[in-house]
Amino acid sequence: MTALIRFSHISKSFDGGRLKAVDDVSLDVAEGEFLAVVGGSGSGKTTLMRLVNRLITPDGGSIEVAGEDNAQIDAIELRRRIGYVVQNGGLFPHMTIADNIGITPKLLGTPAREIATRVDELLDLVRLERGQYRDRFPHELSGGQRQRVGVARALAAKPRIVLMDEPFGALDPLTRDALGDDYHALHRKLGLTTIMITHDMTEAILLADRVAVMRTGRLLAEGTPRELSASTEPYVGELLGTPRRQAERLKMLLPPDGAATQGGPA
Amino acid sequence: MTLFNDPRWGEALGHLPDYLGSHVRVSLAALALGLAISLPLAIAARHRPVLRGALLGVASVVQTVPGLALLALFYPLLLALAALALKWFGVGFSAFGFLPAVLALALYSMLPVLRNTITGLNGVDPALTEAAQGVGMTSRQSLLMVELPLALPVMMAGIRTSAVWVIGTATLSTPIGQTSLGNYIFAGLQTQNWVLVIFGCLASAVLALAVDQLLALIETGIRLRSRIRTGIGALGLVAIVIATLAPAFSHGGARIVVGAKTFTEQYVLAALMSQRLQAAGMPATTRQGLGSSVIYDALKSGDIDVYVDYSGTLWANQFHHTDVLPREQLLAELKTTLSKSGITLFGELGFANAYALVMPRQKAEALGIKSVADLAGRAGSMTIAGDYEFFSRPEWAGLTQAYGLAFKAQRTMQPDFMYAAVSSGDVDVIAGYTSDGLIAKYDLVVLDDDKHAIPPYDAIMLLAPKHGEDEKLRAALQPLLGAIDLPLMRAANLRAAGNDATSSPESVAQWMWQSIGKK
Repeated sequence: MTALIRFSHISKSFDGGRLKAVDDVSLDVAEGEFLAVVGGSGSGKTTLMRLVNRLITPDGGSIEVAGEDNAQIDAIELRRRIGYVVQNGGLFPHMTIADNIGITPKLLGTPAREIATRVDELLDLVRLERGQYRDRFPHELSGGQRQRVGVARALAAKPRIVLMDEPFGALDPLTRDALGDDYHALHRKLGLTTIMITHDMTEAILLADRVAVMRTGRLLAEGTPRELSASTEPYVGELLGTPRRQAERLKMLLPPDGAATQGGPA
Repeated sequence: MTLFNDPRWGEALGHLPDYLGSHVRVSLAALALGLAISLPLAIAARHRPVLRGALLGVASVVQTVPGLALLALFYPLLLALAALALKWFGVGFSAFGFLPAVLALALYSMLPVLRNTITGLNGVDPALTEAAQGVGMTSRQSLLMVELPLALPVMMAGIRTSAVWVIGTATLSTPIGQTSLGNYIFAGLQTQNWVLVIFGCLASAVLALAVDQLLALIETGIRLRSRIRTGIGALGLVAIVIATLAPAFSHGGARIVVGAKTFTEQYVLAALMSQRLQAAGMPATTRQGLGSSVIYDALKSGDIDVYVDYSGTLWANQFHHTDVLPREQLLAELKTTLSKSGITLFGELGFANAYALVMPRQKAEALGIKSVADLAGRAGSMTIAGDYEFFSRPEWAGLTQAYGLAFKAQRTMQPDFMYAAVSSGDVDVIAGYTSDGLIAKYDLVVLDDDKHAIPPYDAIMLLAPKHGEDEKLRAALQPLLGAIDLPLMRAANLRAAGNDATSSPESVAQWMWQSIGKK
């Protein structure tokens, strides 16, 4: 598979060079791949993602998007080509759901009738009832519904690439799980290339094809979950510790036959 | 007669279309100008802390300048600009009335709009501006489609505050020649016609509340995306504008504008002159409550056509003479000086309204004081009161120099309250006006000025340059010249100082005309 997004020795610092947010990171994301970038706060993972659609300009290195240096592409045009999902949906509170979803096509000058058709398609795609949600406002929706709208908005202009910044972080576990699965299905169905930022290793392992681990601006390790579990990096082991413990406890507490063990480990 | 069936309410109501219309026009023009300046500035300053600080600082300082002073400052400023424009481009403009009022009020309106627009824009959730960028908006699109709509409620609150301030402060534009609801308040205060004062306050309060509520309706309409609310609010504002513009169009045509300064006698004389002009078939209107120096410049530039001034005032204040000439000589000199500016000294009315030191008759007799010289010996233990300008006028300097006057204290007060104050003993001496009817009412005496420290103050009628040769106008006003002696003017002033239906300047002017006819 060819790399759709290629980070080459990319660096970015803030505060006049005192804070190195991203430090010499090189990474390929193949077409159709679902990459999760995992790290704690301050690891530089969000900065890395924002460099892709040029919400941030790098200090050094380059990023290629579909073979083209993204510094050579007009930033506004680039962003309209790349889907962008943020935590809590980032919906515009003064616009209806339909207006929120149709915003990027509108900016691209798509005729209103086409936008309306597209909005209905997208509502179907993210499994929201067309007639019921189209004309409502974001504050009338639940957190999960808002994030579904956020996903629909990101997909409105038919991008090949979707960037997601902690998309499901603020949702309750059930909603989060359902939404994660639904998005994963969409990713496959539409042949998207997705970069998802998360601090939750479990989520990363469950959704992504490949996981990249970042710490203090550096890329510590990357690979499939299986490859990562073989990593000798202590931090990677630490991150994998949580899902492992969770899996063991869950296995113990929820045996396949349905009878929960009494009084499990403390 | 109760407060409610007082005929003066009806009289006040008669002026409402004119006063309210002018008030609305000047307020809305100022608000529109203020918005047109503040909004772009606020948008430009929102991400620039230094500019933001500077803007808010300047706007705050402007806010601390009293409204009246700010309005008064714009008059000489524009006068100078108008002179420059005339010199450089050959086109002058009127520095009187509307323009200075609009500029000063616009400046006054800026702080709440600037502050709330900046606060509103900076208060937009950064996650949303980032989302706006993320979906591919340019910074202009982000501003128009996301930031401004979200900041609108806060901005509207600022605009509402501005509107209320401007409508309230616009009442102070009367002294610089802009007709407003302040005309009621200034005229009422000068002639002690409290019905007028109350009427003016109520009218401007109702107007401010109405505009505030309509803006509130628009604000909630925008917030709740209710086209009906926004529409009703906007319609209401448009209705106010149309209703107040209608009378302005209906009474077009050239009118003779009679000016009046800020005291009772001037209101009465202006009413008398405009009645004479109307009787001669010339449409006339009055501009009342003009400041002493504003009124002369207004006549010179043709913003008003005729008014009554006093020889000594022009001599000392307008032309800055420090010497005092005998009466006839001073008038002759004035006539020459005025004609250089194209102004016609049409003639004397027949009385003088000089500043004079005045005290209660009983007290003066008890202390054996007949003249200012007698007073000088006792001044050290006495308090003197004068009007707003007296103590900064050259006459005061002349008096203190000539007689060596040194009072224990000096106080400034509203002219109509001085007489009561000296009568009740709150102050010992006042700088009163010789033609004031209250001198007789309170049984006061005028102290002799043996050394002629105060120049003569003959009441003289001045005509604007374009009316110098206007025979029709001259013929209409000619009968007033030499026809008003001191007892008549005093009696008229006393009538006007009353507080009933016959004390309006118009009624007093009619009474005067009848008295003149009987002579």
